[in-house]
Amino acid sequence: MFAIEKKDTTLLLIVAVLTMCAPFILNPFPTDSAMAQFNAGYPDLMQRFVIFGIFAIGFNILFGLTGYLSFGHAAFLGVGSYSAVWMFKLLSMNVIPAIILSVIVAGVFALIIGFVSLRRSGIYFSILTLAFAQMSFALAYSVLTPITNGETGLQLSLNDPRILGTSVSADGGIPVTSLFGLEMRSTYEMHVGPWLFQFNAGYYLCALLMLLAFYISIRIFRSPFGLMLRAVKSNQQRMSYTGLNARPYTLAAFVISGMYAGLAGGLLAAMDPLAGAERMQWTASGEVVLMTILGGAGTLIGPVLGAGFIKYFENIFSKINDNVLHSWFSFLPDGLEDLMVTLVHPFVGKGWSLTLGLMFMAVVIFLPGGLVQGGQKIGKLFRRKKAAGHRSSTATKPAE
Amino acid sequence: MDAIILQILNGLDKGSAYALIALGLTLIFGTLGVVNFAHGALFMIGSFCAVTLQRILSISFQTVDPSKTDFLGNPSTFDTPYVVHWFGAEVGNGIIDWSVPLAIFFAIPIMIAIGFIMERGLIKHFYKRPHADQILVTFGLAIVLQEVIKYYYGANPIQTGAPEMFRGSFDFGTLLGFDPNVIIYPYWRLVYFGFAAVIISAVFAFLQFTTFGMVVRAGMADRETVGLLGINIDKRFTIMFGLAAAVAGLAGVMYAPINAPNYHMGMDFLVLSFVVVVVGGMGSLPGAVLAGFLLGILESFASMTQIIDLIPGINQIIIYVVAIIVLLTRPRGLMGRKGVMEE
Amino acid sequence: MGILEVKDVNKRFGGLQALGNVNLSVADNTVHAIIGPNGAGKSTLLNCLVGKLIPDTGSVMFAGQSVLGRKPYEINQMGISRVFQTPEIFGDLTVMENMMIPCLAKRDGSFRMHAFASVLGEKKLRARAEEMLSEVKMLDKRNMHAASMSRGDKRRLEMAMCLVQEPRLLLLDEPTAGMARADTNNTIDLLKDIKARGNITMCIIEHDMHVVFSLADRITVLAQGTPLVEDTPDKIKGHPKVREAYLGESA
Repeated sequence: MFAIEKKDTTLLLIVAVLTMCAPFILNPFPTDSAMAQFNAGYPDLMQRFVIFGIFAIGFNILFGLTGYLSFGHAAFLGVGSYSAVWMFKLLSMNVIPAIILSVIVAGVFALIIGFVSLRRSGIYFSILTLAFAQMSFALAYSVLTPITNGETGLQLSLNDPRILGTSVSADGGIPVTSLFGLEMRSTYEMHVGPWLFQFNAGYYLCALLMLLAFYISIRIFRSPFGLMLRAVKSNQQRMSYTGLNARPYTLAAFVISGMYAGLAGGLLAAMDPLAGAERMQWTASGEVVLMTILGGAGTLIGPVLGAGFIKYFENIFSKINDNVLHSWFSFLPDGLEDLMVTLVHPFVGKGWSLTLGLMFMAVVIFLPGGLVQGGQKIGKLFRRKKAAGHRSSTATKPAE
Repeated sequence: MDAIILQILNGLDKGSAYALIALGLTLIFGTLGVVNFAHGALFMIGSFCAVTLQRILSISFQTVDPSKTDFLGNPSTFDTPYVVHWFGAEVGNGIIDWSVPLAIFFAIPIMIAIGFIMERGLIKHFYKRPHADQILVTFGLAIVLQEVIKYYYGANPIQTGAPEMFRGSFDFGTLLGFDPNVIIYPYWRLVYFGFAAVIISAVFAFLQFTTFGMVVRAGMADRETVGLLGINIDKRFTIMFGLAAAVAGLAGVMYAPINAPNYHMGMDFLVLSFVVVVVGGMGSLPGAVLAGFLLGILESFASMTQIIDLIPGINQIIIYVVAIIVLLTRPRGLMGRKGVMEE
Repeated sequence: MGILEVKDVNKRFGGLQALGNVNLSVADNTVHAIIGPNGAGKSTLLNCLVGKLIPDTGSVMFAGQSVLGRKPYEINQMGISRVFQTPEIFGDLTVMENMMIPCLAKRDGSFRMHAFASVLGEKKLRARAEEMLSEVKMLDKRNMHAASMSRGDKRRLEMAMCLVQEPRLLLLDEPTAGMARADTNNTIDLLKDIKARGNITMCIIEHDMHVVFSLADRITVLAQGTPLVEDTPDKIKGHPKVREAYLGESA
């Protein structure tokens, strides 16, 4: 099906089912239970899961396949967001033109930056991309203020022309983003017993686009083009002595991943129409690197897992405050409770970045292949046990 | 002419900081072959050493002065720093006033210890891993160090003053025969430049005139051969890492009065220092120093109003533009050696 | 006029004259061996032929066209393939994927973005790749990771990857170095088979005289960057200069 191999089709279908049912799956706890804080099934967070999933899938096409580590991919995300918001300001609140423009602009941007950066490889490439991204960031804050609105960030206003739409909505406010009239923020709430499930239009748009992005990434991975990209990572010398010029392949991968980032940026703006320069900062670039390696660079599903994992824990960890901690450790004697709270405190709430940094190090040190490899290792362990049991039962048969 | 000299002077202090950080980065890269993204964090920790020492010296005890009362009628309390109590008012206040230069002695052992722990505990395991992994793990470490500092010292910059006698500016122009009030330059920046010059010379002298330095230089040129000679190069490289950490830390200590220490200053300087290293040439120590000052001065020229009027925003991006041009035209950098990280 | 014409090639590395006035003419459909002691400049010469190094002076013509100033991939597209001294293969890929890359390259020359559509005639390419693998007796290893194979297997794979491109000139840099006797003989047989087909020119650098004398039509002896003698194997065997400079030491 879909002109891809069976195991990839299965993977695609699993991801499809999971994303479509996410509002259920991510809300396993009843609304008023103590565990409800671990629920993730509300629109804002689910949107971020899939949007950053797209971002990481795209990054993986570059880093996972070719091994070129870009430290400036957030620039494309930012460019995508700015383009989308401008589309909302000038044209209409329909998300389609905004998303299309953000992908195109990010692609053009990536073409220019990639053309220059890919003249070098290894650490030089990383530093060049970093320099470009920091440059964009600095410019967005200063000279480009007419386009980016500087530190305040680009926002919609009642004075925007919106030539195909309305400047002011019927109730006098700023109109909201929509897909041919279907408002992105519109949410259908379903009460089942103590549970509350939310189905958000914006989330489903993002999810469908992520599935499309995922499908395209599968096709790229399995195509001759993908094979060439893996060849670039494996041995550039042999590649050029096979009559192949690596640069157009890497440039194509760079532009594709830039367009993915642009799509993610456009969707961020489509869900919440504002754009700020901090989206382009290099820590944001570092985050997508982390998502990709945490999940497993070079694997299909890894980046999606990594993005979900990080965004989920970011959300959960940031919400935990001392009161929550006290309630967790309340079963301990008072002194011990305070001690535990003090110990855990630096890592939660505003300390999320610290946890993120530690996680980053832990993954690189202990699990260079990411979660997917970790899963495979565990899987192999079980299989070996099974196989060992199997072999002992068939030991009487002659070997091969 | 006077404007040019002023801009060169203005570029010196930032250039000194770039040069010192880039020097350490190059030492680590040249000897250990590791790309250290946590080097900016070491600079930042150095700055916070100055903050910490100032706080330690200012630890006070309270005394009640019954002769005066506050507006509620309660007896007033006075804070007396212990150093003042121990050494008398003049010496004690002098020590507090000089806390930033004194922090040099405080920071050296701390920075060397941090360097040793980092190298033995983490970096050592990454010698044989790809550069991408080195970048990633040190990037993670940089985040961790930065967040730890933020946790203990807060997110706001902490003003840390230079000694009284170096506060304020003097008329540098009159020394050179210009009209008064044309070239006004803060004392402390001149101190910082002098300090940087001393440190840089010390590092070069150390590498040039000691056996230890000779081995390290040989190791930078050809690690395998030196290893074959039966010299325990790893131990020396650990020491080298400590030294590089100390250089970055000292750069940070003395920078505290110029730029109030904040938790993200390391990251800000790191990106630029990397650019400096690349422009100077990976693995070239003179290149790092030269490029550090060059870019610092260029940045200051680009901040002149005349130039900004001509090319808006150029002050924000000049360093990156230079780096991109250099990388594309002279991939080895200004003074890079052949065969060092060319691909 | 040979298919490969090297004229007055000089290459210096600092103070070292690596190649001094090298002249070499390789006739079409022959096997030409280059022998010489270590440091004689054999590998430098090979690097000049494939665009890895650019000679200081002189010319290198392949089939009437200059190769100088062209990128390695362009030179390969002209019809020159190279087997390296240490096998250069795609270690992260499987054996079959390794074979597919030259097949795709052969078909498409340079960049094609087959990101979605499978290549037209991909089945044919696969068949070709498998055929080549069975020719070097590696079909059963098709799904192995190339990096996990033995050195001999890696070398055979590399050779197969070069051969499947059907090059007009195949450069072999010590194709049997470090191989066991049996493997060496297999390699000789394989190369003899290829030679027998008669549409390929080979240029071999080799230390193993057994390999050289069983394959070569002509032999050039290189010493200190300059060709000493060039002649048929029989004449080379008896040549006093050669005995002195090369065979004398190793025999």
